[in-house]
Amino acid sequence: MRNGKSSKMKAIVYALLIGYSLLTLVPFLWSILTSFKTTAEIASGGTFFPQEWSTAGYEKVFDSQLPTWVMNSLFVALVTTLINLVVNTMAGYALARIDFKGQKVLFSALLALIMIPSQVTMIPLYIVVSKLGLVDSHWSIILTTMFNIGYIFMMRQFFVNFPRDVEEAATMDGLSRIGTFFRVVLPNAKAAVATQAVFVFMGVWNEFMKPLLFISSPDRYMLTQGLNALAKQFKNATAWDVIMAGSLISIIPIFIIYIILNKYFIQTNNQTAGVK
Amino acid sequence: MNSKRHQNLQGYSFMMPALLAILFFTIVPVVYAFFLMFFKVDMLAGTRNFIGLDNFGKIFEDPKFWASFYNTFKYVLVVVPIQTIIALALAALLNNKVKFSRGFLTVMFIPTLTSSSAMTLIFMWLFNNNGLVVNTIDDLFGIRLEFLTDPSLALTVIMIMNIFSTVPHFMIVFLSGLQDIPDSLYEAASLDGASAFKQFRHVTVPQIMPITFYVVTMGLVGCFQIFDQAFIISNGTGGPQNSTLTFSLYIYQLAFNSNDMGRATALAFVLGAIIFTVTYIVNKLLKADEVNG
Repeated sequence: MRNGKSSKMKAIVYALLIGYSLLTLVPFLWSILTSFKTTAEIASGGTFFPQEWSTAGYEKVFDSQLPTWVMNSLFVALVTTLINLVVNTMAGYALARIDFKGQKVLFSALLALIMIPSQVTMIPLYIVVSKLGLVDSHWSIILTTMFNIGYIFMMRQFFVNFPRDVEEAATMDGLSRIGTFFRVVLPNAKAAVATQAVFVFMGVWNEFMKPLLFISSPDRYMLTQGLNALAKQFKNATAWDVIMAGSLISIIPIFIIYIILNKYFIQTNNQTAGVK
Repeated sequence: MNSKRHQNLQGYSFMMPALLAILFFTIVPVVYAFFLMFFKVDMLAGTRNFIGLDNFGKIFEDPKFWASFYNTFKYVLVVVPIQTIIALALAALLNNKVKFSRGFLTVMFIPTLTSSSAMTLIFMWLFNNNGLVVNTIDDLFGIRLEFLTDPSLALTVIMIMNIFSTVPHFMIVFLSGLQDIPDSLYEAASLDGASAFKQFRHVTVPQIMPITFYVVTMGLVGCFQIFDQAFIISNGTGGPQNSTLTFSLYIYQLAFNSNDMGRATALAFVLGAIIFTVTYIVNKLLKADEVNG
């Protein structure tokens, strides 16, 4: 009796989970199928599966400026991620491990700054960027995104729990603080640094508003912005095969990283998961 | 040895890159914003005139402000509760010692990876007048709901899309919270004869209250700032008939289409104040509920 009831419960749990997973996949499946249809078929309404498989959408995407935009996004995302790793990790380490004057005040100040919505700083930030002569340069995005207070806190949390003896041994060996940091601390913080890296990279890759504000030349567009321009160009011709092909291509790099570094994206039971 | 001074020097050198960046790209803009909102700024002509509180006065007389106010609040009121409940429900399902839970998580997380621009384009095609959703509803019920061109439905598409892409992230946050609840609490409750539902209500819900604060707060902050999706769907206009005009989109329009950065900054401050107030009230309410419950 009890057993029967609990296996019925289990069946409901699995049914709901499978149902939601399928629901998650439908939009992506629909866009994959669309990307292989012909524009004529899309314009006429068409069926769920392509009546005639075509790669014309992908060919048009590769003839557009999209490959340039992919390279732009790769460059900006990689450089920004590298700088973030150094900046956030060093700051988090100092807040956790170095006992300096003003540390507590600094910590509270950062906590207050993280609460300011980005819209408040958006317009003055644009003016600062234009005064620095960075409008329409990729450095506008790299420099204004070179730190993340959320990840400074995450790294601080990580270093608070980091064993002290490792560092002490290194200091005894005569390594300076900065030497200890780069040669001993960083290699031992791999998991936390990797988590930070995947989320910073993803954040820059997916960012829409900053490129929209700062970048104006089509050959310097970031991928998200370029995708929007591509959609504008092909929407009136109902060429959704092209737009879906472009959207799918834009997801692929993140998807590859997701498959390889899956464990850093989905962490359910340790303190580095999410920024709490 | 002046080791204290040495420590201070070390602390600040480690913080220096972050502090410099924060100074230039957060603090200077915030201070600047405090000035801008009292000025009439014309970037093109390069002029700036002090006008006191006029920017604020104009905001409240502006029908487009009230349209964006109405849309943004409607959006927040629908999206935040629904995404929180679905995320908690899915996390609770996954917390049942499910086989292949890693597989489920991996699939369900995909929308969170996808950029807002790719996701919006996929949803625009899904909800297009020629797309899957419109045709399916037409086939099943014989009504044509033209989501993207109907002012009463366009915002709904953005709501569905945001729920779809935010749920997986919060689901994982909830799941880590659920896994931290000690089994002994459930054992004690079931010895007292509490049903599964009662256990959920009296053990799970109070135990994950701190996580719920986090999820609701992040949800509120994120939803009030909604921009990308509204911009892409309406091509920056907020249409049809201002039905997708959100606060952030209106701020953008004021600054970059109307060349009125002073008023845009004033509106950004109003938005900031609204986010603070609403988050504060909601957290107070949730805390009160925790004490009573």
